[in-house]
Amino acid sequence: MLLEKRRLAFTGSTDPENGFDMTVINDLFKILVFPGFLFVVNLGLFLEWVDRKIYARLQNRIGPPWYQPWLDVLKLFSKEDVIPEGASSFMFTWLPVFYLAVTVTAFLCIPVGAYAAVYSFPGDLIVVLFLLTLATIILFLLGWYSGSPFGRVGAVRAVTQFLAYEVPLVAALLTQALLADSWSISLVMARTTVGFPRFVGVHLIALAVALISLQGKLLRVPFDAPEAETEIVAGPLTEYTGRRLAFIRLAERTEMAVGVGLVSDLFLPFPARLGVFGFVISTILVTFVLSVLRASVARFRIEDTTVLAWKYILPFSALGMVLAIIVRG
Amino acid sequence: MSDMEIPVGPQHPALKEPESFRFELEGEIVKSVDIRLGYVHRGIERACQDRTWIQAVYLIERICGICSHSHTTCFCQAVEDIAGLEVPRRARYIRSLIGEMERIHSHLLWLGLAGHEVGFDTLFMYAWRDREVILDALEAISGNRVNYGMNTIGGVRRDLSDRDVEELRSAIRILEERAGYYTDIALEESTFRGRLEGVGKITKQQAIDLGTVGPTARAAGVNVDLRRDDPYAAYGEIPFNVVTAEDGDLLAAAQVRLGEIRESIRIMKYILDNLPDGPIAVKAPRRIPPGEACSRYEAPRGEDIHYVRSSGGDKPDRVKVRAPTLANLNAVAESMKGVRVADIPIIIAGIDPCFSCTDRLVRLQDRTSGRVEVLRWQDLSRRYRR
Repeated sequence: MLLEKRRLAFTGSTDPENGFDMTVINDLFKILVFPGFLFVVNLGLFLEWVDRKIYARLQNRIGPPWYQPWLDVLKLFSKEDVIPEGASSFMFTWLPVFYLAVTVTAFLCIPVGAYAAVYSFPGDLIVVLFLLTLATIILFLLGWYSGSPFGRVGAVRAVTQFLAYEVPLVAALLTQALLADSWSISLVMARTTVGFPRFVGVHLIALAVALISLQGKLLRVPFDAPEAETEIVAGPLTEYTGRRLAFIRLAERTEMAVGVGLVSDLFLPFPARLGVFGFVISTILVTFVLSVLRASVARFRIEDTTVLAWKYILPFSALGMVLAIIVRG
Repeated sequence: MSDMEIPVGPQHPALKEPESFRFELEGEIVKSVDIRLGYVHRGIERACQDRTWIQAVYLIERICGICSHSHTTCFCQAVEDIAGLEVPRRARYIRSLIGEMERIHSHLLWLGLAGHEVGFDTLFMYAWRDREVILDALEAISGNRVNYGMNTIGGVRRDLSDRDVEELRSAIRILEERAGYYTDIALEESTFRGRLEGVGKITKQQAIDLGTVGPTARAAGVNVDLRRDDPYAAYGEIPFNVVTAEDGDLLAAAQVRLGEIRESIRIMKYILDNLPDGPIAVKAPRRIPPGEACSRYEAPRGEDIHYVRSSGGDKPDRVKVRAPTLANLNAVAESMKGVRVADIPIIIAGIDPCFSCTDRLVRLQDRTSGRVEVLRWQDLSRRYRR
């Protein structure tokens, strides 16, 4: 679709010498290299390293060298790949690929600092949220069709937790959208993060809610019940090995890059001002906050997560929204 | 969600040793649990009968990787009882000292594991880092971190030098401060506390009826401690308090263990201040006269019992070991009823289980037909030879 449209719009730019359309290469470069696939996957792996390093330092450990996440994925690709007896072979093979595709597609809508997103249009914020939701559904299916009791318990927990954090997350981002009076990520960026924010209090409420729900979205401690190692091994991913697990790992890292990138773009002032560099700095900052949160608490039981989300976080996020509506008049 | 069975073990990240717990679930609620032991049976009791008394001490030391000193002390006491040996006073003090150091590192290990089981890995890393302080001190004294090889029949093998005493005192200073810090974290940090409070609860009556021992019993308010009730080594001469709690849940178990770390530090200080002079061992005969004895020891996990029988030879006639985990497993089965999946690992870890010490037999049973097989060593090697 995208390629088609662009080509129609730029038919005049076809190079007459060899009859080749340069915009196709340009688009492919954007989708596959920067700011698309390669960039987001590497950003995700880099953020994984940042997270692991900070987590390790907080625990008085040394932590991995910077290239460790890449090595982990490479090694997984070379490992034996097993489909368990009770699993649905079709789902088992294709879901990890869909997972990665969905998260990478979500990133195509996210501006990398001042560098425009690959595909930007009014309402792209909704599309990103929809694709992130789809990622959770895929995680559920991954666990459900893996034919393992741990996978099933994990899958059910994943959707239960989804019900807990999704509403506050959307509400927090909606607060920003209301303040900016737009559903377009780049417009929200331009209107709320440039210049001194007029409604600091409302922004802060939304930011706090967004960070906590993002922690739940990314299944990190204290909201890691769906993947709780000591309880249900690895939850939905228990039966996955080799290449398929590598795809899932990449998808999870990408999901992290999408979530962290989205929060950075919408809330922090650096991406709009310092461009790509500011974007990366902001993602590191947000990751830092998430890592500190991960290091300082124990895991919640799944029912505690739900109670916490509906009793405390949701009213808080609703308050942010109401305030946003009031101050915007 | 319909009923399902989830297998925790023989291989599971929550278990540090292979043992099988099968949970029947209704949604996330546990309906029943089937505990099957025997995956790490090593036949140490029988192997002791083929070794001389001194060799048996080293084999007994390897029953447990954590409470190695507990088992050797218990065994040596039984043998000394049969042979009528009088252990010198200094040796008894050193035995108590090592025993308390072992208790501290065992309880710190438990605290770290408890943190890990509820997803609080930061506590895990910190507790295990500070456990190194006591392990280093043990290495300085005995030359080993885990199997210290301190005990021998009739006393201990290594003396404490003045330098050792000084090193121990500085280790104690660090530990004292850290123990206070952990007490604060474990009992104040709300997410960690929330995962322990009211979980794995047993009443005082249940604790008595199910025959629980050690910190598990003391957490439910049962005031038992062999160091006070049936003093051995130097405990008859050392003043200390028995730490108990009332609630019987895992928070109470954590309180008891953290309190015991502080008591152990007090005991260590007393021993270092009042270490008597004299020899550290008496010579034991190569052949132990005929007789039998039962010895009890308050290991970090609870009461450890050794029964030893001699027929007058240079090898034991029979050695029987009852490790504390076996006594506490009934409490695990009891407190599992109606809990949520999320609490399974911490309840199992709550008694500080040590499965390889517990296993005494393997039963080969066909799961479908229920037929039980007896295999000899030759059968095994023939069937599984590659």
